[in-house]
Amino acid sequence: MPEMNLLEAIRQGLDEAMAADTRVFIFGEDVGKRGGVFRVTEGLYDKYGPMRVIDSPLAESVIVGACIGAAMNDTLPIAEIQFADFIAPAFNQIVQEAARIHYRSNGDWEVPLVIRTPYGGGIHGALYHSQSVEAFFAHVPGLKVVTPSTPYDAKGLLKSAIEDPNPVLFLEHKKTYRLIKGFVPEEDYRVPIGPADIKRPGEDISVFAYGLMLHYCLEAAQTLAAEGVSVEVVDLRTLRPLDTETILASVRRTGKALIVHEDNLFGGFGGEVAAIIAEHAFEDLDGPVMRIGGPDVPAMPFAHSLEAAFMPSPASIATAMRRLAAY
Amino acid sequence: MTVSINEISASPGFGHDLPPHTLQDMLRYMMLARALDERMWVLNRAGKAPFVISCQGHEAAQVGAAFALSRGKDFVLPYYRGLATVLVMGMTPTEVMLGLFARATDPSSGGRQMPAHYGCRRLKIVTQSSPVGTQIAHAAGIGLAEKIKGGDAVAWVSFGEGTTSQGDFHEALNLAAVHRLPVIFQCENNEYAISVHQRQQMAVASVADRGPAYGIPGISVDGTDVLAVYEVTRRAVERARRGDGPTLIEARVVRMTAHSSDDNDRTYRPPHELTLVRHQDPIVRFVAQLREHGILSEAEEQAMRAEVAAIVDRATEEAERAPMPEPETLYDHVYAPARPRR
Repeated sequence: MPEMNLLEAIRQGLDEAMAADTRVFIFGEDVGKRGGVFRVTEGLYDKYGPMRVIDSPLAESVIVGACIGAAMNDTLPIAEIQFADFIAPAFNQIVQEAARIHYRSNGDWEVPLVIRTPYGGGIHGALYHSQSVEAFFAHVPGLKVVTPSTPYDAKGLLKSAIEDPNPVLFLEHKKTYRLIKGFVPEEDYRVPIGPADIKRPGEDISVFAYGLMLHYCLEAAQTLAAEGVSVEVVDLRTLRPLDTETILASVRRTGKALIVHEDNLFGGFGGEVAAIIAEHAFEDLDGPVMRIGGPDVPAMPFAHSLEAAFMPSPASIATAMRRLAAY
Repeated sequence: MTVSINEISASPGFGHDLPPHTLQDMLRYMMLARALDERMWVLNRAGKAPFVISCQGHEAAQVGAAFALSRGKDFVLPYYRGLATVLVMGMTPTEVMLGLFARATDPSSGGRQMPAHYGCRRLKIVTQSSPVGTQIAHAAGIGLAEKIKGGDAVAWVSFGEGTTSQGDFHEALNLAAVHRLPVIFQCENNEYAISVHQRQQMAVASVADRGPAYGIPGISVDGTDVLAVYEVTRRAVERARRGDGPTLIEARVVRMTAHSSDDNDRTYRPPHELTLVRHQDPIVRFVAQLREHGILSEAEEQAMRAEVAAIVDRATEEAERAPMPEPETLYDHVYAPARPRR
């Protein structure tokens, strides 16, 4: 089983999906000859040609809007938004159109569309190359929101997303692209959209995270283990639909819950997880439901000192874990 | 590259060689759309239909264009004034009325959307929303998919002149132009976006002037002349099927009603203008043309009007009798079910 980074796993997933089904095509800025600004689509233009790996004009609304139309004409488009920070012009197409088309047509039309986009910070991207956008979209019924953290999950979830008859927002944390490596099987496999995954079983506290923060949580859990605290780390993997069963079962076992994300706290996805736990596992709780998120500032600054002050870290997560464990 | 209607009208022979029965069919669809539309207003004022948004004055632009398309093969993406469009493409008067009354069997949305948000996958009428202009991007994407698949269907999309201020209009025209996609963009210019006149919407005299800016033909046509619209659309469809790319057509039409049943156009349109549009009725015009060329006798016209009135009566009765959606269906179709893997 070869080891590869998360970016290579996504590229391999795209390649295999395109080889298996001629309806699959890629549409986005610089995805062709350049292979994408992060090189996710590198080599695919040469292999599949300009009719299946298409450089779009620099206009996000029509990238998504055209892919919605293409999805309704018997193709399986994969739209790439170069940075999640630039997805705002496509918000109307994603939320009002892609997410509502099946519902508003009473099940008549489907939009089998994948929108891939790199998100997240810690790479000196400043305000407009570092944002996390999941909370805006996880709010919307009709849309699926996927946030893989490992190469294995990324490839398996991507294939599920391409085969899904619904619009799927596929969020790739850009810092995990080359940082996170893992074994990916050579045989064809899927990771289903929906189920969370317990990445590290534990008994004392439950921690819920996704993307880069999942890895920071695993690192912090390792630190806490040395201090005699057993931390369960749950990778949410899919934010919508959300695996509430796995979340609640974990909290019922440990009685303690911490949610960690890089997106700012106020109105963030952690609030939804906290509310579900408070509503359905109140009697099992032995401490307050805690959250860690980015600070409530408009976005992540460029200067190293300010960026570091923005990002949750394994150390700050470990501190929160200790506080929670002490209840 | 903007072409005026005068060149188009120069083609020889009345009716562009369409047989008399086809010309009569065109008129029948225009009359049917008008009669349905007028009935909707009556039902609205009688308290039976909460909302009406009209096609009146747009019938020639829509019927002329739709007759140049291949039904069941080409995609149409009408906007909310597209009643005549969807009738020609195969939606029945009863189905239209089911939408007006928000009944469970409304083919567009099962009573979920406001009336006039037409859609039907079987007929390749693409579902539409209320935010204007989004469908123009979808049309470009349908054309892109068609090019990828190597098919020869075209996507025909309509919108008002106010919508040309939206980014999606410009982004979609540009994309379709760059990739020479088989798309026909029909702007039905009735000079008003609710209350805002075209002068406040754009600094160009004609929406067709936008075409050359994107490297595609822009054609302005009298949208109250059904045969002129048919002819320009026929040429645009030919061009699209040949792989020569998209065409922007401005059909100059009249809005014969208020924006919707919730609007009062006397608050912003001068009285003489409201009188004038009554004299630009595309149906009156086409009847006169057919009469002049001996294609429609007075008796045939009267028979056609009676036939259409009976159809509207029956459609209204059938739709009114149909059941409302069951409350428990509220949660249906949030997500499409997984498909078996190919």
